[in-house]
Amino acid sequence: MSAVVAEHDDHHDHGPAKGLLRWVITTNHKDIGTLYLLFALAMFFVGGAMAMVIRAELFEPGMQFVNPQFFNSMTTMHALVMVFGAVMPAFVGLANWMIPMMIGAPDMALPRMNNMSFWLLVAGVLLLASTLFMEGGAPASGWTLYPPLVLQTGNALPFAIFSVHLLGISSIMGAINIVATIFNMRAPGMTLMKMPMFVWTWLITGFLLIAIMPVFAGAVTMLLTDKFFGTSFFDAAGGGDPVLYQHIFWFFGHPEVYVMILPTFGVASTIIPVFARKPLFGYSSMVYATAAIAFLSFIVWAHHMFTVGMPIAGELYFMYATMLIAIPTGVKVFNWTATMWKGSMTFETPMLFSIAFVVLFTMGGFTGLMMAVAPVDFQYHDTYFIVAHFHYTLVPASVFILMAAGYFWLPKWTGHMYDERIGRLHFWLSVVSVNILFFPQHFLGLAGMPRRIPDYAVQFADWNMISSIGGFIFGASQLLFLYVVIHTIRGGTGEKVTAEVWEDAAKHSLEWTLPSPPPYHSFTTPPTVIPTEHI
Amino acid sequence: MKKTKQLFAGLILMALGLGTAQADYTLNLMKGVTKVSNDIYDLHMLILWICVLIGIGVFGTMFYSIYHHRKSRGHKAAQFHENTTVEIIWTIIPTLILIGMAIPATKAMIELDDVQDSEMSIKVTGHQWKWEYEYLDNGIHFFSSLDEASNKARQIGSGIDPRSVPHYLLNVDKPLVIPTKKKIRFVFTAADVIHSWWVPDLGWKKDTNPGFINESWTSVDKPGTYRGQCTELCGKDHGFMPIVVIAMDEPDYNVWVEQQKTIAEAEAGSADKQWSTEELVAKGKSVYETSCSSCHMADGAGLPGTFPAITASPVVTGDMNAQVKLMLDGKGMMPAFGKMLSAADFAAVVTYTRNGLGNSVGDSIQPSAIQALQSATSAADKNE
Repeated sequence: MSAVVAEHDDHHDHGPAKGLLRWVITTNHKDIGTLYLLFALAMFFVGGAMAMVIRAELFEPGMQFVNPQFFNSMTTMHALVMVFGAVMPAFVGLANWMIPMMIGAPDMALPRMNNMSFWLLVAGVLLLASTLFMEGGAPASGWTLYPPLVLQTGNALPFAIFSVHLLGISSIMGAINIVATIFNMRAPGMTLMKMPMFVWTWLITGFLLIAIMPVFAGAVTMLLTDKFFGTSFFDAAGGGDPVLYQHIFWFFGHPEVYVMILPTFGVASTIIPVFARKPLFGYSSMVYATAAIAFLSFIVWAHHMFTVGMPIAGELYFMYATMLIAIPTGVKVFNWTATMWKGSMTFETPMLFSIAFVVLFTMGGFTGLMMAVAPVDFQYHDTYFIVAHFHYTLVPASVFILMAAGYFWLPKWTGHMYDERIGRLHFWLSVVSVNILFFPQHFLGLAGMPRRIPDYAVQFADWNMISSIGGFIFGASQLLFLYVVIHTIRGGTGEKVTAEVWEDAAKHSLEWTLPSPPPYHSFTTPPTVIPTEHI
Repeated sequence: MKKTKQLFAGLILMALGLGTAQADYTLNLMKGVTKVSNDIYDLHMLILWICVLIGIGVFGTMFYSIYHHRKSRGHKAAQFHENTTVEIIWTIIPTLILIGMAIPATKAMIELDDVQDSEMSIKVTGHQWKWEYEYLDNGIHFFSSLDEASNKARQIGSGIDPRSVPHYLLNVDKPLVIPTKKKIRFVFTAADVIHSWWVPDLGWKKDTNPGFINESWTSVDKPGTYRGQCTELCGKDHGFMPIVVIAMDEPDYNVWVEQQKTIAEAEAGSADKQWSTEELVAKGKSVYETSCSSCHMADGAGLPGTFPAITASPVVTGDMNAQVKLMLDGKGMMPAFGKMLSAADFAAVVTYTRNGLGNSVGDSIQPSAIQALQSATSAADKNE
């Protein structure tokens, strides 16, 4: 350990390299965090543009703009870009920026690997995007890449699979780095049970990622050998089983959705106490609930496959196990509510997004509970009800919390204040339009509209049109966020922000004890006082 | 805040207005026409109301707090936290609610799973992009694809308003006909990729996995027409392979069975007839539109990189026997049409592709020649 510290001392008063090269060769956690966040924001608009194509085609019955094959490519690429290009990298970016500052460290534990994991992400996403221009088109089998359908992909298949490998390696490196940082770099006195919730949720998420990404890589490699090397893992004619792929995929896929939601919980648990001016109601129960959700995520995967033809014992087991998730998730929601209770609340933009998250995520949780009930899922499965469900848990949950995090920490990162009026306008437009966009999809699914179809029967026309209108407003509203980010980086309102930014925030977490913007190397000497207000 | 309320009110009014404009759509799950589908509906409503009540409790508390416990109203923050009693209560109550839900859910699941004592069996095979039905008890066998009117209207730039097409995208050329008040066992499989067979009124869907068999059952009380769709993404035309089930009372059903037998005999007879090239081309055009155009496109141009063109194709303009063999046996994504098309349809579509869609080879083939090849293939299959 002392060797590492000594080596670090040689570097520590260096500033960033000059010019563009700074961003290519940087090993600084803030620079890499910024790269991750900006890349994620860019991909959020790329994936969003694909969603706009989908909603435009579904605006009216009949085929207007794209052929069905391209429509399927859009649904597939929208999901892959949003999951692997936008939401996951955004949370890794937040982790890079915040974890060293929150635990009182100078930087991440493995800075060179940090740089490599970012650039592998860029390579992976670019490779994935390049498939759009290949003969036969981009993958069109859904982001789940189920065989045998995915094996009908044109030239794009090996490229898409290799891109998944790169994204997987990048995620694993990011996760190892985060886990290593949290275990090794905490300031003296920062015991595990004093860490901010965001650090806790990322620690658990890091383990999830390390466990699942190799599984996904294995699954897609089996697709590769089935297609090109004559194996029959998923082909009944050679003794294989296409359903085997689904089991492997969802063993990865279910924890994967928790990879996107656990850090979300962490940010919400960080923001709500600050604006309620109250400690988190139950810090330790929040930690245990997060761990319980992570554990359960490994033993419920086949609830994505209730209609695939499982024996009754399997159906019942996965139903019971899935219903159990409602308990720790309930603990979380009750905790946030109890944290607000009898607080002294103010409603700046980060708090508004966080409150909307609690309400709308809970609605996604309710539909999740409904779908957990296997016999009823025989109706819901693969309909727009599912589309509504997972978008509620991803858009007004993960994405809203990413927005909240942006508004919450931008003043810290840049030293400038964002424009509160535009922030609130962005919030209200987003929260109203996201409900116009996704709420009607519950009705569509219950009324019998399957998902992943480019055209539909006329009785679904009204709600599709309303949903599309909501989608266009939601998409356009996000340009306000882009404006806020650029405006704040370039000086914001001109108001001088303090180290603390938000009232008494320094009592909650260490990053608020550093100046705004913080120094290039966060804590070159460990902090002496550990904040405990959040516990 | 006021503006938001107005916005919500406007939205609700808009929804109500639309509701009166088109009475056809529904907001909730349909009850369906079987005992199972009704049980599932009841279960759905039970859980929905539980969620609504919990939602009112949680959101009510939260909004009360948001209204009263705000700094602008001078509320001072209380500093309480960690209360073991409260935390135990809010863990135990949800657990009890979940147990309460799990009991009826388990009953419904067991009922849904019980395919025993069925009175007849139908085998359903998913194809890209049509359904194949085989009545295992009386040998009736046919394919069911999207009806012609929907198929024409759904092409990009067709100029046909989908609203003018009856049951747009939910209509087929040959519906599945079942008798009422009989326990019918379905067995599911697929020929190419995974599909999923869903008729909401029956209360369930089931995946059709290539190389494997799944089972389910139904018993419909009320005669009627029930519509559904494929619900597992199965490629380009996943959205265009609907399901129509017509439930008939026993006597009507028996009449239908007799009709099907007559049709099968007539089809067998048409193979022996000598056809003119014009007759074959005319028939072949309609066969092409239902069986070939979704991949090779209506104008025969194909989709570069995925589906080869028919126009100027070396296979279609080359040796006819090679073309017929490829169509009989299939190749890659191309299904083996030898088992899907009647001899007459097969000969017609071969002749059409060679003399239409921009090709003019000038030859034709008779259904009787195809029939000879078909029986040779199936004999070879049996020898294997």
